[in-house]
Amino acid sequence: MLIGTNYQRLDGRAKVTGAARYVDDLPQPEGCLFGLTLRSPHPHARIDAIRRDPGYDWQGITVVTAEDIPGENVVALMTDDQPVLAAGLTRHVTEPIALVAAPTRQRAAEALKHIHVDYTPLPALLDFEIAQDHEIKIYGEDNVFARAATLRGDPDALLRDAELVIEGIYRVGHQEQLYIEPQGLIALPREDGGLTILGSMQCPYYIHKALKRVLGGVDFNVRQTTTGGAFGGKEDYPSIMGAHVALLALKAKAPVKMIYARDEDLIATTKRHPAVIRVRAAVDPKSAKLLAVESQMIFDGGAYNTLSPVVNSRGVLHGAGPYVCEHVRVTGVMVASHTPPNGAFRGFGAPQSQFAMERHMDRIARHLEMDPAELRRINYYRPGDLTPTGQRLDDPAAEEVFERARAWVEAARRAPAPVEEAPGGRGRDLARGVAFVMGFHGAGFTGNGESGLAAKVDVSLEGDRVLIHTASIDMGQGIDTVFPAIVAETLDYPLDKVSCAPHDTATVPNSGPTAASRSVMVVGGVSQKGARQLREALRAALGAGPEATFAELVAARSPEAPPLRVRAQYDDDGAIWDAARYWGDAYPTYAWTAVAVELDVDRDTGEVIYRRLFQATDVGKAMNKVIVEGQLEGGAVQALGYATLEEVVIDARGAMKNNRLTDYIIPTTMDTPELETAIVEYPFAGGPYGAKGIGELPHDVPAAAVAAAIEDAVGVVLDQLPMTPQRVLAALMMQEEEA
Amino acid sequence: MSITFTLNGEARAVEAAPMDRLLDVLRGPLGLTGAKEGCGEGECGACAVEIDGRVVNSCLIPVFQVEGATIRTIEGVAGERLTRLQEAFLAHGAVQCGACTPALVLGCEALLAEEGQISRAGVREALAGHLCRCTGYQKIIDAVMDAAEDKR
Repeated sequence: MLIGTNYQRLDGRAKVTGAARYVDDLPQPEGCLFGLTLRSPHPHARIDAIRRDPGYDWQGITVVTAEDIPGENVVALMTDDQPVLAAGLTRHVTEPIALVAAPTRQRAAEALKHIHVDYTPLPALLDFEIAQDHEIKIYGEDNVFARAATLRGDPDALLRDAELVIEGIYRVGHQEQLYIEPQGLIALPREDGGLTILGSMQCPYYIHKALKRVLGGVDFNVRQTTTGGAFGGKEDYPSIMGAHVALLALKAKAPVKMIYARDEDLIATTKRHPAVIRVRAAVDPKSAKLLAVESQMIFDGGAYNTLSPVVNSRGVLHGAGPYVCEHVRVTGVMVASHTPPNGAFRGFGAPQSQFAMERHMDRIARHLEMDPAELRRINYYRPGDLTPTGQRLDDPAAEEVFERARAWVEAARRAPAPVEEAPGGRGRDLARGVAFVMGFHGAGFTGNGESGLAAKVDVSLEGDRVLIHTASIDMGQGIDTVFPAIVAETLDYPLDKVSCAPHDTATVPNSGPTAASRSVMVVGGVSQKGARQLREALRAALGAGPEATFAELVAARSPEAPPLRVRAQYDDDGAIWDAARYWGDAYPTYAWTAVAVELDVDRDTGEVIYRRLFQATDVGKAMNKVIVEGQLEGGAVQALGYATLEEVVIDARGAMKNNRLTDYIIPTTMDTPELETAIVEYPFAGGPYGAKGIGELPHDVPAAAVAAAIEDAVGVVLDQLPMTPQRVLAALMMQEEEA
Repeated sequence: MSITFTLNGEARAVEAAPMDRLLDVLRGPLGLTGAKEGCGEGECGACAVEIDGRVVNSCLIPVFQVEGATIRTIEGVAGERLTRLQEAFLAHGAVQCGACTPALVLGCEALLAEEGQISRAGVREALAGHLCRCTGYQKIIDAVMDAAEDKR
């Protein structure tokens, strides 16, 4: 049995020896130019003219503006509102205006300075909280990209008449994905006149879809290179960058490479959506049961729509948390502002909305003067409960993850983590806190999304090797290892004879984007189906009986036989989803978590020092324990950054002010606690061997656990992320004044 | 100017401008792409290499400074076989996207080469200059402690 054991990553050796080639490591193609982008300094301005300095030597320099686009000037994703290059109007600071390619980065940078743009600045609307129906129009008539609402029962009556209604407002800021490898793509002219786009990406077919519109009739393929982290940051952005390299390469008739420097990557690419969320809950003071919940969230989409409607939708569908309630309304509005577009980031709206709900549970407990854990125990989902969309939960793991975390917290209170062990612990006025919260995450696309997409995977036999052909990208999470393991297990065939084929749109079918915690659960499942089809096809070709194993079938086949390739497709999963009413099976399944944090608060500085983080997380079935723990731990630490360290500071033009790693702080080894991870397995019948998607879940609620632990330590209530030392200190000072 | 140094055990000479970054010289003319540029300002540690026994960020080193120095990059760490630490990285799942990994392996090897005992807190302190966004560091520290078994 391979599944559930700790077989090693297939790309591990190349990565520990430095042999793995990322896009910027590839041998420079002959005549390769370097591309740079001229960006808008204004949040909202008319572009009157783009002029080239006539005194500058433009020999060997290629310049591209919107006028050079052979097809449509649109980044096709959900709506057609975003241009590849601004034409006539710019709607956010850093918006691409023109592109330059030159033999070196230095020459390209120099040439950029000789392109002059005449702007007429226009009034800008930077504050998303007042953007709805504002007189300054960014998108449509009302500056709303999308709305979503769920309604179950009659929350209005209860919120009007109940004895106890508790209300809170919660705010969360931007967060940068901060993959260690910056965005980078190359466009390579092909001999047949077409183009190959290769580089760091999450979703080759998103780029493909976008470039088809931009490049007119030009044929092209999109190929991934080893991808150094993504976390959603390489889901939508590479479509625009891919268009940029392609346009430069077409005009220059030469290969063009673009690698963003970190400051450009930080200031120009998408971030997690900020949000303000108002929660009201009617609670029975005697039983502590939730009688009605209403959550209203407003998200900042930025200047263009990107994938924001889906973020809004996922935020809404997770807004009531893992708690049963018969009367629920959750609404989400995704609004436009004249700021750089926000986009995909691990969790996709759920970290925002669950931070609010978990904080609200703590608020209710505070009001009732009861143990917040007990409040959660009374209200978490039990088997047979219905979600706000009426989806029946047959086997929620809420109780088990809750009990594990509660036991861990009790043990941590009895035996706190020693301070001497951890750095920076001596001679300070520290207050210890420990607390836990709960979370859940719908795995896979919303509603009928998976049936609509019908992910396709090819599985082939070439000699004695089995190849899996998908567009699903290993950006570090390990699917180029886990897919082969699923197929090897299914065929009872050696893992070292199974691998993923290069992820190239010229040769792989569309298995969908690498997103939504769907890859192992959905595409892994289709790969398994393909493996079975391959075995049957081989059996039929050889006229063999049902008793022959796959290895025997391969041995019986002539080694010179041509490759045998089959195509598998996702079955209609029978999900019943009414998208207009937001009613039915919102996700194929849910995974569950409880996260406990033990920390110290430095009363003098407001600094939070993490000691330990424990999580009990349901993964359905671990395909590989070490790899899945890596997802759970890495996601949790990214969420600790979201909780206390990572603040995107926005200047008066709506641009990120701290766009350097000196100023945008992510967790280092010194900021990170010891991590204890308990894998819980409640199998999902629709996933391979019971697997659930868990890529995003670990980012959903650790920030709320930190807030609860800070409250436990020093008694201050923080309802805004990030909880920087300044904010913690301000809360402590206010507490002192009140006392 | 021509700059000479020992690189992964071999004497090398390279033509470069004195202020060229060592990182660019390694990745360009010398063809060693294991060191990565993650930030270009010495914060992320992805470009770390060992110069005369010290692990430094090669994006901050003008190449003239390494005249006569002994440099080791990730490419000089493993021979035919992986080192014990590299094996431990694989066994413990300390590798995910891999962008920070080569420099991190080098940093950990340097730590293991130091005299004296190793503790988890000490490993945390020593690796604070290496950003990893994937793992949460737990498995990296586990791997180092495993490889340092006889030093604990």
